[in-house]
Amino acid sequence: MKFSVVVFPGSNSDYDAFYAASAVIGEEAALVWHKDTDLQGADAVILPGGFAHGDYLRTGAIARFSPIMASVKAFADRGGPVLGICNGFQVLLEAGMLPGAMVRNDRIKFVSRLVPVRVEQTDTPFTAACASRQVLHMPVAHGEGNYYADPETLAALEEHRQVIFRYAGAAGEVTPATNINGSLNNIAGICNRQRNVVGLMPHPERATEAQLGSADGRVILASAVKALASLSR
Amino acid sequence: MRARVYVTLKPSVFDPQGRVVADALVTLGYQDVQDVRQGKFFEVELAEPDAAKAKARVTEMADKLLANPVIESYRVEVFE
Repeated sequence: MKFSVVVFPGSNSDYDAFYAASAVIGEEAALVWHKDTDLQGADAVILPGGFAHGDYLRTGAIARFSPIMASVKAFADRGGPVLGICNGFQVLLEAGMLPGAMVRNDRIKFVSRLVPVRVEQTDTPFTAACASRQVLHMPVAHGEGNYYADPETLAALEEHRQVIFRYAGAAGEVTPATNINGSLNNIAGICNRQRNVVGLMPHPERATEAQLGSADGRVILASAVKALASLSR
Repeated sequence: MRARVYVTLKPSVFDPQGRVVADALVTLGYQDVQDVRQGKFFEVELAEPDAAKAKARVTEMADKLLANPVIESYRVEVFE
């Protein structure tokens, strides 16, 4: 399969995602400039982490108007799997492809460390190879990862099982103490109603080899491979 | 015309920056500070002589880009 990684001016995890998809997972991968409109035959699209357009105005607010985003939206509308990582998640929120918004972390703290994250749902293209309630250790590095949605939206997310990842403890317990940034309901990642668009704040692509401190992130990209294989079977 | 756009977090959204500023003011000795809400302010100059049209235009801009309606509300004023 082929992963296409979108490169915005200010992306900084674009090559990490490219490397994880190609060198680690062993699939085809391409880097796609944000001013292009061709996703280069992608089977899955990754919006990477970083600070697209310097995070000017609001995180992701300018990036969502990049020409490539119309193609990404059309791809998602056809059911194509799209993964937004960190800043990529923020872009998906600003683009309205996922519900809710990000505000500054509580206590105005930039959080940069390896955190345990519990997988809540396995019926998405990016968690299909996970075990239910599996705890993944992945790094976070963000100042605005405090997930917010109005009460109705939050209730709908929970009702439709759209919360995919929650900040947890090492044993998988989800408590206020394991909430690293003030996100409502400890939300670390969500999906859309159709379940093909997934956004998360932790960085799976930076946790793909033991030398990096954790290889737990591999399963996120491996899930896309598994999900596409089962589709084409 | 010139327009001014004030963007603020909705009352229901916690404002961590405003809280830190409020705490700092109290530390500075302003014990009467009860709360601070931080927002954004934009001045837009546009080639539109009609005030009503200018206001409608800038309101559209605020909706589309300057504010995120999920967390923020805004107010638009126009001037000669």
